[in-house]
Amino acid sequence: MRKLAQYIATYKRYIFILFVLVFFQTLSQLYLPTLMGDIVDNGVVVGNIPYIWKIGALMLFVAAIGVVMSIGISYYASHVAMRVGRDIRNDIFTHVTDFSVHDFAQVGTASLITRTTNDVTQIQQALVMVLRMFLMAPFMLLGGVLMAVSKDFMLSLVILFAVPFIAVAIYFIMKKGYPLFQAVQKRLDRLNTILRENLTGIRVVRAFAKERAEQKRLQRANENLTDVSITVNRLMAFTMPLMMLLMNVTIILIIWFGSVRIDVGTMQIGDLMAFIQYVMLILMALMMASMMFVILPRASVSAKRIEEVLTMKTSKQTIGTETLTEPIQTISFQNVAYRYPNAQRNTLENISFTLEAGKVTAIIGGTGSGKTTLIQLIPRLLEATAGTITVNGKDIKLIHLDRLREKIGYVPQRALLFSGTVKENVRFGKDNASEEEIVHALQIAQADSFVRELDLGYESFIEQGGANLSGGQKQRLSIARALVRQPQIYLFDDSFSALDYETDKKLRHRLLQEASDKIMVIVAQRVSTIIDADQIIVLDKGRIAGIGTHKHLSETNDVYKEIITSQYGKGGIA
Amino acid sequence: MTKHNDGSNKRHRPAHGAPRGHGGMFVGLDKPKNFRATFRRLLTYLRPFRLRLTFVLLIAVLGTAFSVIGPIVMGKTITIIFEGAYDAVTNSAARGVDFELVAKMLLFLAGLYVFSSLFQFVQGYMIASISQRLVYNMREQIFTKLNRIPLAHFDKTPHGDTLSRVTNDVDTIASTLQQTVNSFFTSIITVIGIAIMMFVISPLLTIIALISIPLSVFVIRPLLKRSQKYFGNQQRTLGELNGHVEEMYTGHIEVTTFGREEASIAQFRNVNDELYEAGRRAQFISGIVMPVMNFIGNISYVLISIVAGILVIQRTIAIGDIQAFITYTKQFTQPISQTANIANIIQSTIAAAERVFQLLDVEEEKGVTATKEMLLRTDEVKGNIRFDDVSFGYDDTLLMRNLHIDVTSGQKVAIVGPTGAGKTTLVNLLMRFYDVKDGAIYIDDIDITTIPRAELRQTIGMVLQDTWLFKGTIKENIRFGKETATDEEVIAAAKAAYADDFITKLPDGYDTVLNEEASNISQGQKQLLTIARAMLANAPIMILDEATSSVDTRTELFIQRAMSELMKGRTSFIIAHRLSTIQDADLILVMDEGQIVEQGTHEALLQRDGLYKTLYTSQFAGKAPA
Repeated sequence: MRKLAQYIATYKRYIFILFVLVFFQTLSQLYLPTLMGDIVDNGVVVGNIPYIWKIGALMLFVAAIGVVMSIGISYYASHVAMRVGRDIRNDIFTHVTDFSVHDFAQVGTASLITRTTNDVTQIQQALVMVLRMFLMAPFMLLGGVLMAVSKDFMLSLVILFAVPFIAVAIYFIMKKGYPLFQAVQKRLDRLNTILRENLTGIRVVRAFAKERAEQKRLQRANENLTDVSITVNRLMAFTMPLMMLLMNVTIILIIWFGSVRIDVGTMQIGDLMAFIQYVMLILMALMMASMMFVILPRASVSAKRIEEVLTMKTSKQTIGTETLTEPIQTISFQNVAYRYPNAQRNTLENISFTLEAGKVTAIIGGTGSGKTTLIQLIPRLLEATAGTITVNGKDIKLIHLDRLREKIGYVPQRALLFSGTVKENVRFGKDNASEEEIVHALQIAQADSFVRELDLGYESFIEQGGANLSGGQKQRLSIARALVRQPQIYLFDDSFSALDYETDKKLRHRLLQEASDKIMVIVAQRVSTIIDADQIIVLDKGRIAGIGTHKHLSETNDVYKEIITSQYGKGGIA
Repeated sequence: MTKHNDGSNKRHRPAHGAPRGHGGMFVGLDKPKNFRATFRRLLTYLRPFRLRLTFVLLIAVLGTAFSVIGPIVMGKTITIIFEGAYDAVTNSAARGVDFELVAKMLLFLAGLYVFSSLFQFVQGYMIASISQRLVYNMREQIFTKLNRIPLAHFDKTPHGDTLSRVTNDVDTIASTLQQTVNSFFTSIITVIGIAIMMFVISPLLTIIALISIPLSVFVIRPLLKRSQKYFGNQQRTLGELNGHVEEMYTGHIEVTTFGREEASIAQFRNVNDELYEAGRRAQFISGIVMPVMNFIGNISYVLISIVAGILVIQRTIAIGDIQAFITYTKQFTQPISQTANIANIIQSTIAAAERVFQLLDVEEEKGVTATKEMLLRTDEVKGNIRFDDVSFGYDDTLLMRNLHIDVTSGQKVAIVGPTGAGKTTLVNLLMRFYDVKDGAIYIDDIDITTIPRAELRQTIGMVLQDTWLFKGTIKENIRFGKETATDEEVIAAAKAAYADDFITKLPDGYDTVLNEEASNISQGQKQLLTIARAMLANAPIMILDEATSSVDTRTELFIQRAMSELMKGRTSFIIAHRLSTIQDADLILVMDEGQIVEQGTHEALLQRDGLYKTLYTSQFAGKAPA
């Protein structure tokens, strides 16, 4: 909540204006009952029509001021609330864009999305309500009491007597209600989680014939939610009538004591009527304030979730300043280790090898052996926790991050495309790529022919995530996207898996021609795809189990031999 | 990406969870297609509660009646006080205020208020459980329905869409029932009651007061129209923003490595600014409706005062009645402004109900209700499987024609072929995720369409491509395979799947809680858990759907051993890309374009110069970049 307050504080000028507007709006609201009383006492009772006209006009004037103030309040309240929402969203998005791969996995993509969108909307809505309605409550309360006291001090003692009762009632109801509202939110989330799981896992649920068990789980969550919702709504059903009753009893007491004062002649009938109005205003203010507790639990859950993201420390990186003028010749790892934050063990340990321009390096190894982690150290998606990585002999951390990444064409394991045309997707790799460059990249990636066959060719629209393409097509486009950058370092993380044999072969052939003097790293599952690599790095549980050519490793390296056996059987390669 | 035309934006329906319920008083217009039918259908949900609802209505009438009588009694009291005091001033012989009568009146008034509050409380109390129970029933109905909807529906519809119907739309219905319906009834009764009271006090004043109604409608309508437009804008931009966030977050690695952070942030800011502008307008307009209404109320107040003054001079109205009348005019505007937007709220509620009903009306799987006696007992299933002249297609075009497969008990069957050849389809049919269009599939000579789906699926163990795990402990996730399994059985299954090793290394071991995306363990580890789960299920027939392909080669070696142990004595199907794992299969089915083009053992197939041989040589003679 404190972080949130800072966002609101940015607009303290507007908030100040809001306070002024609310102040005058409250004044106009408080002045109206007095005028009404005057109309009754000096106009209606004595039948003074001109007086009624006069005060009536004044009343309308005062009310008009009130309306103008209200419009101003609505203007500034929505202004501030929407701006705060916009600022928070901007900050979350900018902050999250800065996240490392690891930071991202920590919170989870889906959760980050709701935090950036839904949660902010919740805050925004709560803020509009607070600024538009609740801000008025303290003014109204104070002003109402002041007006009442000035009208008739003795009679206002009744109010002073009643207010504590109402305050205590509100206190106890909210003390009970606040945790209940929180519980509703929690249980609703729980129900949604289970439901989402059931939808994503529907095949598994059905395969294991667990529909009934899952339905029970849903039912239980549904029951829990319903129970607490009923309790909360019943509490609310209790609150409103109670408040009304307290208010009405107060009014009755005022009429009683007021009648005595009227009898004595120290008060006029119009004053009494005005007084009743004040009591109503005061109690309305109290009720408004209590309504805040209905909105706050929801907003505070959202605020907490937002703050978690905003206060999360990104694995900050040094950006570096140096540029690379000459082509990259070597990248070398010296005793590099990587440990995920909070992890017990190093994921990578004691990694040393050198990548050279014009050579193909393959990385092979088991699940969790650290292949992807290793490859992600090169574009500094992850930062080595020990050892050094050098590019052309220069520490990688000294090189400007953007200049480094410019020279890298990285194709991740999962081919992800964005909604937009084919051309736009390829241009994602290079903003100002010319038509020819795009076609060239598509041709090398063996994507040109299928793209041409699409209805609109290069202008064909690709759905979010590439939903309207096959796995192989997505992979080829994501390769083209990396190629169009004409990088000096190619990183392929198991990027050919969805290609059929013919395409795979053609693609590799063209790729080697294109990048004959570049650094190329290929992570692979199958030995067959890396047989001809210049060097093969065998990873085993985060350590290098061997480096060498296929021929060398298949004779000397046990881990490598084991991998071969698992893929080709005992007979080895036919 | 750059912005694209409107057509593509339509995909972002507010399914991303843009709150569709009425958070404020005003909602974007959301028109139902068939209002009457949906409305009637929604009413049927009220049927179980009709007795209670009648009672609530009765109570509401009484409670409202009492609160409507209140002001006039108060007015009479004030008249008594006024006249008493006025008399005392003008006539020295008068006794002044008759306190005994005032006390009586006030006590009566107190009684009225006590009962009115009591009735209101009872009403709210009952509505609370009625509305929540109703929504509970609706959710239950949906959950039951979800289990009966064929998989084809979920394959075609995005999860977000279904999710939004069950959460957002049902929420909208719930809050409408809780808040709007309740206040709608009391509002109507209040308006009628007050109109009567006002008329009784003074028909002339009533006419003046009523003039303000068309006046306020006249002023409010254009405001409401505008607010609808702006809220619509807001909703649309919100959808656009959510879409961008979703894309950029899922593509985070791409954004980072291609150095697109700035472009992405710039675009976000653009849409965000638009959203700010749209939201500000929407909120502003909706915020001025109430003050404007109040102002109109004040105008009519002054008019009433003036006329009342004239009437008082003519002695045709008592002072207390004026007080009562003014109170009534004040109370009059509130329910009217409350109902001013009711048409919109009801419309969006009916639209929400319509979406829920659409889900409830999705055609169900043709299930088997009458089960043949003792069709399949898991422990007695031999596992002979026969596809007899099976034809199938996901839509009207047939993918598979006249398929014949014969598998005898205990055989290991491998299915190979290029992507899209129909390997998964074969499994879908056997599991009855989809039903055959023609022909039949038999297990132990029983047509599987005569077996209840749940029973059929219990006889088949399955490891699917996507490693689905739920939020819960590792133990619970493995136990998903067999609910009654003891801890020992769970651990044994994990050991057999080579998962025990990594599990025990986790800080909380088997009690480690997997988070919502199971991102706290690796993909390979997830795979191992699903294998352990299938092991625990211990079904007589096994299907391994490309499961081994995302497990690395070394772990795979271990798994293969465990698997072959598992497959012993069981009929099993393996779908694999890597031909090395299936050379010892009893039967290899080579599929292409939905058909089985070759079948036989590894050796037999190699003899032939067919697709299998091509596939085989392509994998094993494959060269690295040459």
